[in-house]
Amino acid sequence: MQISTRRLEKTAILDISGDIDLAHSPEVRRLVLFEFRQNRTPRVILNLHAVNYIDSSGVASLVEGLKAARDVGSRLILYGLSPIAHEVLQLSKLLKIFEIYDTEDMALEA
Amino acid sequence: MNRTGWLLRLELPSNPEILCVVRSAVMRLAEEMGFAAEQCRGLTRAVDEALANIIRHAYDGRPGQPIELLCRHLQDRTDKKQRAGLEILIVDHGAAADRTKLCGRSLDDVRPGGLGVHFIKDAVDVMQYTSRARTNQLRLVKYLPATKLETEIVKGE
Repeated sequence: MQISTRRLEKTAILDISGDIDLAHSPEVRRLVLFEFRQNRTPRVILNLHAVNYIDSSGVASLVEGLKAARDVGSRLILYGLSPIAHEVLQLSKLLKIFEIYDTEDMALEA
Repeated sequence: MNRTGWLLRLELPSNPEILCVVRSAVMRLAEEMGFAAEQCRGLTRAVDEALANIIRHAYDGRPGQPIELLCRHLQDRTDKKQRAGLEILIVDHGAAADRTKLCGRSLDDVRPGGLGVHFIKDAVDVMQYTSRARTNQLRLVKYLPATKLETEIVKGE
């Protein structure tokens, strides 16, 4: 898995590729929480377009990120979900909990 | 219940990095057996979550501990119907699972953790857990759509 960060004014976009599973979800969790708790970034957007797989630990990392965002009055936005990622969030009944968009432009305009 | 044929047998270390390899193998196996795409993804997710639970809880994150994964072709024959499917056994020698947590949790409570068992149950027809003498075994079964016996089809013509 690889993660790179782009910054646009008050927004951080994390481009994630690979699998967010037990081996790699701790890194996703660490970076997302860092953006909210240390950087106090107002808006963090996760680009999941190149994510092939998300397991329950990955979902847990996203939920933790969402809670951290709400704690500091920031926003966590997801876009580019693969069918597998969409399926996992649907199974977890979390699709309506997250802000989810199809494209980066839509996420930035939101 | 008639069990025939070993399809896959893997001896794994309790290392998170090995999970992607197992997922690939289970996905291909499910595809070869004729499961629908959604079922293949579900079975793969179930095995992945079961292994992750063993790594995290049974072995408390210790790498290099033994896990065995067995996949068998399963065939039941009952009342003019036969059911074929995939039986998966996952064996470890760590701490036994807390049975109260094998039920899964309510999804109405939005919080991290506790989703793995829910994913497993959603994907399979049978989930059985046994623990005896420091050997824990999770048995998962997923059936293919039921098919009529060939003799029944002939009679109907």
